[in-house]
Amino acid sequence: MSEKKRYENLPPNIDLGKLSGLLIVIEGPDSSGRSTQIRLLSNWLEQRGYAVVQTGLLRSPIVGPALEAAKQGNVLSPRTMSLFYATDFYDQLENTIVPALRAGYIVLADRYIYTLQARDLVRGADPGWVESLYSMAIEPDAVFFLMASSRTLVERTLTANQLLDYWESGMDIGMSRNWFESFIRYQRRLRVEFKKLQEKYGFEIVDANRSVNAIQNGLRAHVETVLHESRSV
Amino acid sequence: MTDDHVPGRLIAVEGLDGSGKSTQIHLLYQWLNGLGCKVFFSEWNSSSIVKAATRKGKKKQLLTPTTFSLIHATDFADRYERQILPMLEAGYIVLCDRYIYTSFARDTVRGCDAHWLRKLYGFASHPHITLYFRLPLETALGRILEGRPQLKFFEAGMDLHLSDDIYESFRIFQGRVKEQYDSMAEEFGFTVIDAGKHIHIQQEDVREMIEEKIDLPRFKMRVKR
Repeated sequence: MSEKKRYENLPPNIDLGKLSGLLIVIEGPDSSGRSTQIRLLSNWLEQRGYAVVQTGLLRSPIVGPALEAAKQGNVLSPRTMSLFYATDFYDQLENTIVPALRAGYIVLADRYIYTLQARDLVRGADPGWVESLYSMAIEPDAVFFLMASSRTLVERTLTANQLLDYWESGMDIGMSRNWFESFIRYQRRLRVEFKKLQEKYGFEIVDANRSVNAIQNGLRAHVETVLHESRSV
Repeated sequence: MTDDHVPGRLIAVEGLDGSGKSTQIHLLYQWLNGLGCKVFFSEWNSSSIVKAATRKGKKKQLLTPTTFSLIHATDFADRYERQILPMLEAGYIVLCDRYIYTSFARDTVRGCDAHWLRKLYGFASHPHITLYFRLPLETALGRILEGRPQLKFFEAGMDLHLSDDIYESFRIFQGRVKEQYDSMAEEFGFTVIDAGKHIHIQQEDVREMIEEKIDLPRFKMRVKR
């Protein structure tokens, strides 16, 4: 059983010594195949006898609905958005992730503080402020970043939805009036931020331009190692 | 840091529940308004967008110290960036009933890291004048508790499990909040007002001090004739 670490400050009321589960984070932009990979990973783990809990962004009952509504109207300033997302994140950290880890579950997180930070940074947030905001997060046992080219992403998105999402295209930033152009540029800037975050926090980059099976096999091999290490500690 | 380049002026009132600060800032608003000054009033925890989320979290007692703090920061950021800052840039006198120090005081008592809180609110400039209405704890408690009011769960600090009795919990919680205010008075250079004095006397003192520190004629609304 590994002792969990947090990045900096102590959130009140959390005892990290007793968290026996594993926190595995899958990061990546929309259409990088995150949810498919998480579903496959979850089935595989459960078949092997590991109990799994899934978390993601905007699933907290406190702010989830209010934030969804606000996104429709696009009336929040970037900072208000950041703080709303941070509230949602910590609510899930304290009420879903930590209890599950304490009970010995494997938590599969569909994105974590890195996506939240990257989005804020692309929108001009102060890096020190963002880092501090998320400094109470628990350090995951593994973070996989599904990295795909903007081309791959745009093609997959259009095949699946026939249209581009306003936020995932970064239309709120005003980089271009052309949605396609904006999408490509926004995803490129996100990738730049992710690379900086990767240097800081160190996570595994997974080539998501490949087939579903190829990606999944790669992930399983990594997770296998994490499982092995956690048992041998 | 206070922002001395912005044309507007920011005045905040802080203090315990029952210190009379809301009354004082209301009178201040009336006075400045009567003088014809450009004045704007903003209240803690009042952003329309964030309100629904706050109410839900509080009613269902879903909030931990961290999310309690963050949801108030969200509310503040919304008001700060959409109202307070634009008003200051447009040359208004902005009056705030409670400011970031309310969060510093309450959230520190709840166990949040003081350094984290100061960073969290690092985007906000400090007021040009912060009035701290100080009162002996027993007097403030007496003013609030004499009518045996319906206290709210978080207002009484019940989430801290200080006591099963909501009134006792409120007493202990307010005492700890007061300690925070008292220690911040020096850290942030609050102007301390003796909130035990007569309301009218306090208001006269406050007005005199503000007239001294702020060149009020500069804030008068220009009217075309």
